[in-house]
Amino acid sequence: MSPAFALRAAGVVLAAALLQTVVVSSLSIAGGAPDLLLVAVVSLGLLRGASAGAVLGFLAGLVVDLLALETLGITSLVLTLAGYWAGRYAETTGRGKRLAPLAAVGVITVLATVFGLLLHVMLGEAVAARETLLGPLPPTLAANLVLALPVHALVRLLVHGREEAEPVAEVELVG
Amino acid sequence: MTVRRIPTTRLGSRGAGALRRRLTLGALVLLSLVLITLTFRADEAGPLGGARSTGAAVLKPFAVGLERVAQPFRDAYGWADGLLGARAEAERYRREVRELRQQLIQSEFALREAADLRDLLGYLDGPRFPDDYRAVAAEVIGWPPSTFVRSIVIAAGAKAGVRKDDPVLNADGLVGVVTRVTTGTARVQLLTDPEAAASAIVLPTGARGIVRHGRGTAETFFLDRVRKEDVVRPGDRVVTAGARLGDLGSLYPKGIPIGEVTSVNQTDTDLFQQIQIEPYVDFGSLDAVIVLVPTERRP
Repeated sequence: MSPAFALRAAGVVLAAALLQTVVVSSLSIAGGAPDLLLVAVVSLGLLRGASAGAVLGFLAGLVVDLLALETLGITSLVLTLAGYWAGRYAETTGRGKRLAPLAAVGVITVLATVFGLLLHVMLGEAVAARETLLGPLPPTLAANLVLALPVHALVRLLVHGREEAEPVAEVELVG
Repeated sequence: MTVRRIPTTRLGSRGAGALRRRLTLGALVLLSLVLITLTFRADEAGPLGGARSTGAAVLKPFAVGLERVAQPFRDAYGWADGLLGARAEAERYRREVRELRQQLIQSEFALREAADLRDLLGYLDGPRFPDDYRAVAAEVIGWPPSTFVRSIVIAAGAKAGVRKDDPVLNADGLVGVVTRVTTGTARVQLLTDPEAAASAIVLPTGARGIVRHGRGTAETFFLDRVRKEDVVRPGDRVVTAGARLGDLGSLYPKGIPIGEVTSVNQTDTDLFQQIQIEPYVDFGSLDAVIVLVPTERRP
């Protein structure tokens, strides 16, 4: 990870975390709210691979937990895994697919919500599955899918600049 | 179609690159778990609380700045949204004003009588809202980061005199209670949090119960533990009771509006009535709140 990229990526993470906490979370769309930060972390993972995705996901979660004065580490854990998984997807089956951001955001939104629910339940917090999964998840998923491609394009523009994305490949289709 | 694995790339499942990647993930997961454990176990005044306070202080100017930029847009959206039902709402408010004017006159009489009787009896009362509190107005600068969290962050903290467990309200009624405080910010647990509850009293009948958020519902509350013999009707107002049981006092002073009874049901099998309340506060559009800071802190 070059210093220039690290700086730009950190800026994207900080801006997305601030926007999420101060503005985006207050928007109620059919009972849910878009998760801009998750979409941005997934984009960073897709663009720079699993390790960078995990590190940036961790930082993003830490900033949100600090801003919202929540239990430190919970959002970091969820976003670390989200960034890592997005990176692995880009390095393997999602390589070269134009709709990879859409697929990754869709799957990771659902997985992150379910994992977040389990995490809160394991920590002994009173969380109603119906309230968090059935109610807000479908509108959140829809909003995240709408954001996926534009945010991915914007994040690519912001973090890459003139620098090209490193090639990501693990498997090769030979026929 | 055949798939051939490329063995030498640093992005593969084996090799030094894969090991480094897994180590990175393992270290970050471990660090997250350590942070979670420390937050649960550590004292707010300890090193982690200090680090959190410093982090929140560094980020606060950005959050406040962004909130100021976003507010006009949010207001414009609210204004456009409000226009749709403005006419019907205006008529409803005119009707309410007429009813409330009548109630105000009656209440003023009752208030004067009550004050005279209290003086005659030398009655000792608990903290009363708003006389025994100082109001600290604060801007909302942070919203719940996920659907699992029912709290907001406000731009007032220990420096403004705010402490943990201070009640929070807005012009409409009870909002919640302060659960975490840093130097310049505070976290407010909303009444919609499944773990939040407030002892309440129904006006005018005086039935007592506990207000909780209904699980699996958007913004509906239930008044729990109301005995079957107590009289409660739809339209009755619910306010905080400020109950005190032994050494355990309610976090909320008495008399803060909570909501209005919308339905009352009872079954033969249930011990208590099932009372549904619609809150006065719109928890989805909190721009500013008031923290009630006790003028005299009790141990």
